This record gives sequence, C-alpha cells and structure tokens, in this order.
Amino acid sequence: MTAALEVRGLGYVLPAGRNLVENVSFTVGAGETLVLLGRSGSGKTTTLKLINRLLEPTAGEVLVAGERAAGLEPTRLRRRIGYVIQEVGLFPHFTVARNIGLVPRLERWPAERIAARVHELLTLVGLDPAAFVARYPEQLSGGQRQRVGVARALAADPPLLLLDEPFGALDPITRVELQREFRGLEGRLGKGIVFVTHDVREGLMLGTRIGLMQGGRLAFLGTPDEFRASTQPEAVAFMSAADPGPAVRG
Amino acid sequence: MGLLSFYSRNSAELLGLIWQHVYLVAVSTGAAILVGVPLGVALTRRAAWRAPVLGLANVFQTIPSLALFGFLIPVFGIGAWTAITALIVYALLPIIRNTYTGIAGVDPAVREAGRGMGMTDGELLRLVELPLAAGVILAGIRVATVVSVGVATIGAAIGAGGLGVYIFRGVATVDDTLIMAGALPAALLALGADAVLGFVERRLAWR
Ligand SMILES: Nc1ncnc2c1ncn2[C@@H]1O[C@H](COP(=O)(O)OP(=O)(O)OP(=O)(O)O)[C@@H](O)[C@H]1O
Ligand SMILES: [Mg+2]
Repeated sequence: MTAALEVRGLGYVLPAGRNLVENVSFTVGAGETLVLLGRSGSGKTTTLKLINRLLEPTAGEVLVAGERAAGLEPTRLRRRIGYVIQEVGLFPHFTVARNIGLVPRLERWPAERIAARVHELLTLVGLDPAAFVARYPEQLSGGQRQRVGVARALAADPPLLLLDEPFGALDPITRVELQREFRGLEGRLGKGIVFVTHDVREGLMLGTRIGLMQGGRLAFLGTPDEFRASTQPEAVAFMSAADPGPAVRG
Repeated sequence: MGLLSFYSRNSAELLGLIWQHVYLVAVSTGAAILVGVPLGVALTRRAAWRAPVLGLANVFQTIPSLALFGFLIPVFGIGAWTAITALIVYALLPIIRNTYTGIAGVDPAVREAGRGMGMTDGELLRLVELPLAAGVILAGIRVATVVSVGVATIGAAIGAGGLGVYIFRGVATVDDTLIMAGALPAALLALGADAVLGFVERRLAWR
C-alpha cells in the first residue's frame, strides 16, 4: 500500500543562505499520526508548508498518496491535503457552512452534496449543525473555531491532513476535551495526519509516532514509547519539561 | 429675483444642467473605477509598481483643476471630454489607494488559509480579498464621487456644461441668485451622492 505521505531528504534554504529545514525524512501511513514536536522556531510550520508547497523545497522529495508533489499543480496538490494553519484563518465573511464547504465548492460539487457533507462534518467534530451552519466565525468561541477549522480541512475527504497546532490557543480544559475527541477521530478517519505541537503531553497522547525537530532537523523519530525512553538530549529536555518530577514537600 | 421663481421659470434648463452634471460625474467615476480597481489589485501583486503608480496618482491629485484643464485643452479641445478626463485623473488616486490598502489589510492568516486550501489567485481575489476589502474600496469610490461633483462645477469654464454654468454666469453678472441657483443643487448632489454611497458601503461591507 502507498503511504499517505512520504518525505525524503526535505530541505529549505533561504535565498540568503540560511537553512530553515535540513534533510527531513519520514513516512506517514493511512490511519497514522506523526506528531512533529519541537521548540518555537525549530521548523515545524516550515516543514508543513514545504509539504503543500506554500514554500518550494530546495532539496528532497514529497510524495502524497504515492504521487510526486513537485509534479502536480500546487492548487491541485493542496486540494488533496487538508490544512489547518496555526491561526485557523476562517473566512470572516463566510458562514460556518460556506467555510467548511469551500473546497467542495471550488471542486464544483452540487449544492445538495455540499450541504450534506457540511452537516456530516459538523456532527463529526461535535457541533450541532442546526445551531452552527448559519453562524459567522466572529460568533464562535475559540474552541468552536478550531473545530470548524478541522472540519473545513476534512471537507473534500483528503487522504492527508496537516494540522499546525490546531489546539494552540485554547484554555487547558477545552484543550484536553478536544484532544480526547481528536483521538477518537484519528482511528475513524483512516487518514495520514501530520500534527504539529510543542506540547509533549499532547504529542504523546495523539501521535502514533513522534518526530522531534531541532534547528530544522529531525533530531528523533520513533514511537511515543521510544521517545519516553530516548536519551537524545532534546528529547530528554522535552520529557523533563512535561514531567517536573515528584513534588518537593516541605 | 427669488430663487424659487427663477427655478420655476427655468426648470427645463435646470434639469438639463443637473443631467449634464450627473453625466460628467457618472462617466468619469465609472471610468476611474474600471481603471483604478484593477490597478489597485495589480499593486497588491507587484510590489515594484507600488511607489511609482501611487506617486504619479498623487502628483495628478495636487495639480489645481483649472491648470489641469489648461494642460488637457490642447489634447481634447474645449468641452465635456476635457472635463471628463480631468475628473478621471482626480478620481483615480482615492480608488487605487483604497483598493490597494483594502486588500493589503486582509488578515494574512485568512489569505494563507485560502492558498493552503488550494484556491487559485483568482479565486482568492474574487471570493476572499475583494469581498473583505469592499468597504474600504467603496469608501474610496465615495470620496472620488464627492470630489468629482465639486470639480465638475468648474467644467462650465471650459464649455462642459453642468451646474457650474449658473455659477460662472452669476459671477460674471454679479447676480447672487444665479450663483445660488447653481451652487445649491451642486451641494445637494454632493451630499446625496455621499449619503447613497455611504449606505451602499454599509450594506456591502461585511462588517
Ligand atoms: N519567510 C521566512 N523568512 C525568514 N525566516 C523565516 C521565514 N519563515 C520562517 N522563518 C524562520 O524559520 C524558523 C522556523 O520557523 P517555523 O515557523 O517553521 O517555526 P515553528 O517550529 O513552526 O515555530 P512555532 O512553534 O513558534 O510556530 C524560525 O527561525 C523563523 O524565524
Ligand atoms: Mg509554527
């Protein structure tokens, strides 16, 4: 079976010569979630943009469902990849329904099919369709916006999802709630997912594999258990940040 | 002689002048929109054009209207075409500038989300950038129209007609009623255009 995503030797050098991403390779199968973990500025967002060609790689190769990304028209490529950007970026002048139905509309689906799909997706992400289809993004809470962002990325049923800190700006309780729901979704969706976060606990909870980025390179790639046991210094630093150890009693 | 009795005895002429005035403004503003909006969009795509185009439109804006007529008469002769050309030149700056700032002001995250979902540049412009910038663009069109109503009164000086005809005739014959007969409807036209376009602006702007 072809993987949802294969990345080989991916690199991105700025015209000025600075290396933002260097020699990154990994494979994500259907039903798998690769968590890209790393400090701020380690190149996580840049890696996602290299996959959907919002940035053109200066080295390496990307295969989406077995097809070379470089050989596709960028807009065609991107319609096969669900993408939730770090800032969500819902269209403020579109209702929830039009936001979610955007890619199907660009792909000229008939209106009834789009409406049915919007209904299905809202239910999937835990929002009552009747209450939400006609709302505008400014009438949603942060958590509801994130859910709509995920639903929008899923709209045209792409085999690959790129999620850039989708639960980034949420309060801890809503965040845990969404993480739990997302975990239930992963299995049902059967898609390849690349999930960017800088939160170790979130990464270990949601990832089937962890890729740890450091200075634009993949410093570690392995299962969550291997990550917990790793002696790689950056992995150790992340693990100890997640678990501050036994509380000191006075 | 009272204003009302002047109007009642010259109603046909008055309507003709109002019509000419509206015509000058409508044709020139329409042409300025057709040129200015695409040009403003082009500036958002071509950073290198920004300074020269906005600079040139700015220079045009600062030329006094009678001087501009003077420059244009050798080319277009006496009459409406010279006035319309001058009005287009004045209307361009607010329209180009507002189209550019309106689109440049769209949240970059929204633009990036659109591109990331596979929208082409044309789809992004049509479905996202222009609708979100509509309020700002219309505000530019409104400013251009109101300025145009004012400048068009001077068109009478070069035989373009319009309500300026009464004003200039009144000045020449030192007749206050005649001056008022042109100035009052011109002022009302400007206020009316401002109100109507302000209304459209509030309806079309999404916020
Ligand atoms: N267009 C650009 N030009 C120059 N440098 C850039 C550009 N985009 C990103 N960078 C730099 O590349 C590095 C990686 O950025 P990136 O956005 O991929 O980080 P990140 O891992 O997503 O961080 P965060 O967790 O803060 O979102 C950073 O040092 C950033 O300053
Ligand atoms: Mg980032």
